[in-house]
Amino acid sequence: MTSGPDGPVARVELRGERDIAAARLAVTRAMNGMGARTLIRVRFVTAVSEIVRNAIMHGKGGELTVHVSADAREIRVCCIDSGPGIEDIDRALQDGFSTARSLGKGLGGARRLVDRFDIASAPGAGTRIEMTSRL
Amino acid sequence: MTAVHDAASVYMVENVLLIAIRDNITDTDIIGLQEELSERIVVEGARGIVIDIAALEIVDTFVGRILAQLSAIGHLLGAETYTVGMQPAVAMTLVELGMDFSGSRTALSLSHALRALKAKGLA
Repeated sequence: MTSGPDGPVARVELRGERDIAAARLAVTRAMNGMGARTLIRVRFVTAVSEIVRNAIMHGKGGELTVHVSADAREIRVCCIDSGPGIEDIDRALQDGFSTARSLGKGLGGARRLVDRFDIASAPGAGTRIEMTSRL
Repeated sequence: MTAVHDAASVYMVENVLLIAIRDNITDTDIIGLQEELSERIVVEGARGIVIDIAALEIVDTFVGRILAQLSAIGHLLGAETYTVGMQPAVAMTLVELGMDFSGSRTALSLSHALRALKAKGLA
């Protein structure tokens, strides 16, 4: 299933809102292939939905890659966008913070749903989020 | 039955609008559904609304917010609104996301919701 020790098993271009569903489907398929339990899959795919929507709505689109560890016990996604970047990451991760007309629970919520959450962003440099879930 | 959208099937049965939302609904579709349903509640004189989300594997904050709004709109328009069929994993995930459905009536299934509506003389 892997295309290398930790190579991507799927790649989804994020251009429009239909790609949110495509990204969810790609991660769902990968996790089903790994035999992930329903709750673990639903939590992780929900987190993916949040960050991918952010990348499309605020980040002008980008790309999601899906990686499976060699022992198939861990799934990782990497979401990169080429948007304006996030000025204050700590603030963006707080519930209730939103620059759009949303609840502002997306990023902070995604972080709570995964085992590992790494975000790198700077104004003008886009945003890169990596999330990992153990099976 | 009328399909208002690819995203959902809508039936009107004894003054109750029954809406079955399909999986992988897009943002545009669910916003469109919200607009059309708001109209139909009034035009068709619905006394009750049951939104079945059993097909939804994932409810993220966006879809969750629209569902909560649909309940609120139904309530404002005088139709008792139930969200039914939420999968257990979805409920657990929504709680962790900090989503608040306290303003919405929920029921385990369509038949539970219909029984409640019948008991109130709304169906």
